[in-house]
Amino acid sequence: MELLNQVTQFVISGLATGSIYALIGLSFAIIFNSTGIINFAQGEFVMLGGVLTIFSLNVLQLPLAAAIVVAVAVTTVIGILFERLAIRPLKNATPLALIIITIGMSILIRGVVMLLWGKDTQALPAFSGTDPITVAGATLLPQHLWIFGVTVMVIVGCRLFFNHTISGKAMRACSFNRRAANLVGISVGRMVLFSFVISAAVGSLAGVIIAPLTMTAYDVGVMLGLKGFCAAIMGGMGSGLGTVLGGLILGTLESLGAGLISSGYKDAIAFFILLLILFIRPQGLFKKGETERV
Amino acid sequence: MRKMLAVISITMLLLTTATAAFAAGTIKIGGLFAVTGPASFLGEPEKKTLELLANELNAKGGINGSKVEVVVYDTGGDATKAVQLANKLIKNDKVVAIVGPSTTGESMAVIPIAEKEQVPLISCAAGIKITDPVKKWVFKTPANDHVAAEKILIQAEKLKQKNIALITVSDSFGSSGREQLKQMAAKRGFKIVADEVYSPKDTDMTPQLTKIKAAKPDAIICWGTNPGPAIITRNIQQLGIKTQVYQSHGVASKKYIELATPQASEGIMLPAGKLAVFDLLKSSDPQAKLLKDYNTSYKKSYGVEASTFGGYAYDGFQLILAAVKKGATTPAQIRDGIEKNGRLVGVSGIFKMTPADHNGLDLGAFEMVRIVKGDWVIVK
Repeated sequence: MELLNQVTQFVISGLATGSIYALIGLSFAIIFNSTGIINFAQGEFVMLGGVLTIFSLNVLQLPLAAAIVVAVAVTTVIGILFERLAIRPLKNATPLALIIITIGMSILIRGVVMLLWGKDTQALPAFSGTDPITVAGATLLPQHLWIFGVTVMVIVGCRLFFNHTISGKAMRACSFNRRAANLVGISVGRMVLFSFVISAAVGSLAGVIIAPLTMTAYDVGVMLGLKGFCAAIMGGMGSGLGTVLGGLILGTLESLGAGLISSGYKDAIAFFILLLILFIRPQGLFKKGETERV
Repeated sequence: MRKMLAVISITMLLLTTATAAFAAGTIKIGGLFAVTGPASFLGEPEKKTLELLANELNAKGGINGSKVEVVVYDTGGDATKAVQLANKLIKNDKVVAIVGPSTTGESMAVIPIAEKEQVPLISCAAGIKITDPVKKWVFKTPANDHVAAEKILIQAEKLKQKNIALITVSDSFGSSGREQLKQMAAKRGFKIVADEVYSPKDTDMTPQLTKIKAAKPDAIICWGTNPGPAIITRNIQQLGIKTQVYQSHGVASKKYIELATPQASEGIMLPAGKLAVFDLLKSSDPQAKLLKDYNTSYKKSYGVEASTFGGYAYDGFQLILAAVKKGATTPAQIRDGIEKNGRLVGVSGIFKMTPADHNGLDLGAFEMVRIVKGDWVIVK
């Protein structure tokens, strides 16, 4: 019984962490699918979400909801500027060059945030209290429910957007075949910009909802970005359920690994599984060879 | 003719004193701090403190009639860079002593240079191996980790807590603390029932704590620097663990209580450097006045409270200065001077440097404090 309770706790903790990875993974996948680049500044969008919310809350004295809107909006604008100033001007750059640019961008964003707001870790108050909730002998916090809720909303939102709106369909068209999409009159450039907008918004939202739990500082984006990237790889870089499952599996395995095997090998276990997947199923866990990529 | 001679001799005298004063001109002290990078929470206050002290001293006319000049370089927390910059300080800037580096890794890398070039190095890092075994030219100002570990275990002994659980961060601070705690716990007859670690960037430690909960310890000792311990404190509250928690001196700042929230951190005990609790000290405490003055002038200059870390540089500067005051001017004289300083009241504690002890601090460097309603209370 004792062990069972423990395992329940491991799984619930893992799912909560996994949802965060899933959200970040999704925002990786969205940009990858419309541009073919992996945006290594994704973790910085996550960090900006948290840091800007705290700034709006404490310095601008906005209420929490308004602070979140401001943070997501500002991050989205930064995403747009990023695409306009650093990605678009390079007409025929190879994906590799673009990836290096995103790395440069991530260092730049981190540096600017460090200079503006210092290096201290800061915490956001929890959205609805910190009284733990007991579920089947395990406990979780109200904030975890927020994380689950927002993750589900974002997944459903993405699904509706990509399958049922003109813009979403156009973005999918770009990911299938840019040239053909261009020929039928889709502005590929605009779709790339769109992808940055969505991805920055989703990333920063993830940053906002986790800030009360994990706290935030100028450098939290690196590790979160890396874990989100793992989730996306496990899901085969799709923006659908694959990535979400990838994130949840990663989070649960980490937690179970830390709890049942050894906490010293927690990250090693996660990355070992990532390597295994890359060797055995490089197309991702849930994909049948090359199909759609949105 | 005699008048002429008198004038000449007076002029000569003036000239020679002038040159002598010129030669004594400035005392150059080097600073090597991780002002940027992952250890910047150490390096930044250290740099600011060193500059503040030099400015204050020069405004008062310097020491023994000469001004003090500090040359500070930023290592970014990188040992390779620290080595290059240490060479630069010694060979280009010709400093008489170096304060820093900020981290144990950098200090270990710079030690061979200080030894070879024979320039006193006063490290601001806590690692025990910096001054154990004693190296001729190397000193350090932070108290050894084992002093803090011992303080915690003495407190646990008082409260008759026999079975302890450890949760430590997997960086050099945490692994050093873990080693010291395990060694000392074995010596004092404690039983370690759980020994968990976490990475500095981990965001959720409930798995480790669930395991600890199942081991039913009498006390949990956490060893790390923010934000890890704050997350752990919140996780402990989430899991409803009622066990006594001890934190290390690594989180002895109000920031920790703020991050962990006062409710979750209620009742936690930790060994704190006296700077964190200077306003609670008795006025008879030899450090009380110095700590208050340091905090006031730091706050006046930079608008934030002084931190324990800045205190490490403060003490390094004072150790050098005390030697200079007694007439030391060359690196070798300063080195000997530091060893013969005797009792020196500093921020981190009361130093008694000897040829056999290049740290000079004891258990008195820390006060055991308990968190009550978001504030420190000294444990009697």
